[in-house]
Amino acid sequence: MPLTNKVKIPIGPQHPALKEPENFTITLDGETVVDVDIRIGYVHRGIEKLMETRNYIQNLYLVERICGICSYTHTVNYVQNVEEILNLKIPPRAEYIRTLFLELERLHSHLLWVGVAGHEIGFDTLFMYTWQDREVVQDLLEMISGNRVNYAMNTIGGVRRDVSDEQRKKIMEAMDYLEKRAQYYKEVAVNEKTILVRSEGVGILKPQVALKLAAVGPTARASGINVDIRRDDPYASYAKTPFDVITTDTCDVFGRVVVRVLELFEIVKIIRHLMNNLPSGDIKIKAPRKVPEGEAISHTEAPRGEDLHYLHSNGTDKPDRYKVRTPTMANMPSVAEMLKGAYLADVPIIIAGIDPCMGCMDRVLVLKDEKDDSGQILDMENLRRYGIKWYEEKGWK
Amino acid sequence: MKTPGKMLPKIFGFIFRKPVTVLYPKERLSPPPGLRGKMKFHLDRCISCSLCAHDCPSGACTMHTIDGKLRPVFDLDFCTFCEQCAETCPKDAIEMTTEYELAHYKRGEAIVK
Amino acid sequence: MDLLLSLIYLLIFPGFLFILAFGLFAEYMDRKIYARIQRRVGPPLLQPLADVIKLSAKEDVTPEKADKFMFTTMPIITLAAVMASFLYIPIVASSALHNFEGDLIVVLYLLLIPTLALFLGGWYSGSVFGVKGGIRVATLLFSYEVPFSLALLAPALVAGTWNMAGIVTFQNGHLPALTITILGFIIAIISLQGKLERLPFDIPEAETEIVAGPLVEYSGRRLAFLRIARDAEMVVGAGLIVALFLGGPSPLFSITPVYLSWIVGAVIFLLKTLLIIFLLILMKSAVARIRVDQMVVVAYKWLIPLALLQMLIAILARSGGWLS
Repeated sequence: MPLTNKVKIPIGPQHPALKEPENFTITLDGETVVDVDIRIGYVHRGIEKLMETRNYIQNLYLVERICGICSYTHTVNYVQNVEEILNLKIPPRAEYIRTLFLELERLHSHLLWVGVAGHEIGFDTLFMYTWQDREVVQDLLEMISGNRVNYAMNTIGGVRRDVSDEQRKKIMEAMDYLEKRAQYYKEVAVNEKTILVRSEGVGILKPQVALKLAAVGPTARASGINVDIRRDDPYASYAKTPFDVITTDTCDVFGRVVVRVLELFEIVKIIRHLMNNLPSGDIKIKAPRKVPEGEAISHTEAPRGEDLHYLHSNGTDKPDRYKVRTPTMANMPSVAEMLKGAYLADVPIIIAGIDPCMGCMDRVLVLKDEKDDSGQILDMENLRRYGIKWYEEKGWK
Repeated sequence: MKTPGKMLPKIFGFIFRKPVTVLYPKERLSPPPGLRGKMKFHLDRCISCSLCAHDCPSGACTMHTIDGKLRPVFDLDFCTFCEQCAETCPKDAIEMTTEYELAHYKRGEAIVK
Repeated sequence: MDLLLSLIYLLIFPGFLFILAFGLFAEYMDRKIYARIQRRVGPPLLQPLADVIKLSAKEDVTPEKADKFMFTTMPIITLAAVMASFLYIPIVASSALHNFEGDLIVVLYLLLIPTLALFLGGWYSGSVFGVKGGIRVATLLFSYEVPFSLALLAPALVAGTWNMAGIVTFQNGHLPALTITILGFIIAIISLQGKLERLPFDIPEAETEIVAGPLVEYSGRRLAFLRIARDAEMVVGAGLIVALFLGGPSPLFSITPVYLSWIVGAVIFLLKTLLIIFLLILMKSAVARIRVDQMVVVAYKWLIPLALLQMLIAILARSGGWLS
């Protein structure tokens, strides 16, 4: 097999480096990546279309299941869209509880990411330790909302469950424990030589390129771009909560590690402020079932970046059109740019560096023939016939 | 110069300690009181308004006429345990318990009437 | 009688069966301690044996594009070379059953064959990932083989003989000589970690990058051979380091009758080898995996100069007359 020619390797749908299936076909020259071709569409579930067939209350639970790790931000966006069209103002206690859940979700998502990044570079001990600490957060979430993932806490007009005083005490104890652990991870991440050699100088994304390709979230903040929706366009109760936005300017994977680990401290600060200043009152107000005609846009800062939802309603109790643009979709062109010129051994850590959540991002991909730009879209019946014909041609029954 | 192996001191302490794995089913963690498990249906409070079936996101709650009365039947194969039926019911005829060990062998085996 | 003794030596103790059992036990220790460090439970005692039995029962698939002869014989050659090299390591007494001048070099040569066989097995496996893994194995060979050999030659220089039995006897006679070769001990352990392709030098088999590298197309019985060979290589390497740096399987005092001293020697050998394996496990769990070009830098910038320094110390100690 000739070595000096370029080789195409599929970091394919099934690969231990990817937690969710997408196809990155990389062209290699020795050990350096020269070109990359991204193909998506392996986990498309058609949620946007499904939402048009269910009423607004049923859609609350469908929107949650767009993603497993950032599920609460999708619910908050949806509910904020509907409340904007209905012109509802939710009580302040509900806002604070929503913010509490948003921050708890960001906490467990960042701990998960540190573990997954450790696993990609072969550091399984860090993976096990961070996921063990993540269990503390999951226990808190289960205690308040009744479920570890897909909490179903939001409803149109507020939240569904309340936080009692005993639960508040448990949250504060957990925050003390997690702050100590975050301190330990900060020391390990910044001072461990093998992590440094694997992540410094890897996956460079210069600030002008990041702005041109519309990178969001910690990926952009590691390149020095100071953008955070929580501070720029406050929602829930972020306007009343003081916190800092963390940026570094190293532009590489190490910067992303540092941004996420330092954000852990900010989260602890925010949650302590929320729990100390929780206002009393109702947790929800009654909302009508039919939504008048109108449209609304809402965006929030998911753990991965900016998450944008658009709703168009038409006066009935089912939405007319709902569109979701998730942060991983915005970061994909940056991945294609970062992979060029990298080593093969760095491909998993670069892809994992943007914290990919392919389930959120997926779309339908139409492959066209190169020569005559024609394509074919098969529905279920034609797909069955095509499959049977293919097997018969091969001689199998 | 930084040498690798920063985690070594902490690692030593863990070698002889008990692991954190919970050996299910010999040991079980106790579920918190708010856990959304299987639902319990009080037939005497139901007024057959069908709002629960209208609001169920997955179609687990369907209305059937049994013994002359229109009442909901819950199929646990479809249920997402979201508690919306309990919230929508105007007469509090549905409540969620904390029973979570609901595995069964065939479709259609787990029905709550 | 001699033939019977040789047959027992070859097949049962310390031949095929013993090294198989000890290798599987070493793999169990590896996985159990690694899991306990990560606060998990880890596998039970017979798990590696169960893995080997299960793998042997599975279907043995040869890819279409692979070269059938090379693909099949490489695992067998690997296992044969590792088993053969175990014959010359002193286990019960200062010398193995047969020893001759220069058997240290023979063992080093036999330990080189598994790496080359792995490279060829990956090359001929017909998959891009296998080829990439094979190239990485060859690059790794250039990096750790030189410091490993240099560090292992230092005790030979101190003792003044190439015969392993002679080295062990010399070290038992002059215990302070063990302190001269401490630097070589450290370098030998680090290079052994590279030779066995364990973290942080896990590069050819990097699971998240190239999906098991040269092993990617192997399944069934051939994969079982490769796994047994890997475990046996760990035991052989550890045994070699025990014989050369830690004084071999001899107790500090002499015991008669001869049979009792053999049993005590075997127990001491087991304990010392397990200590070395424990050090290897600690190294495995505290660090991440480094890239292949960084591995070459580490080897040529740090390991080889230190190994040369160790040889210099050994030569000075020998000729300076500090040893009798």
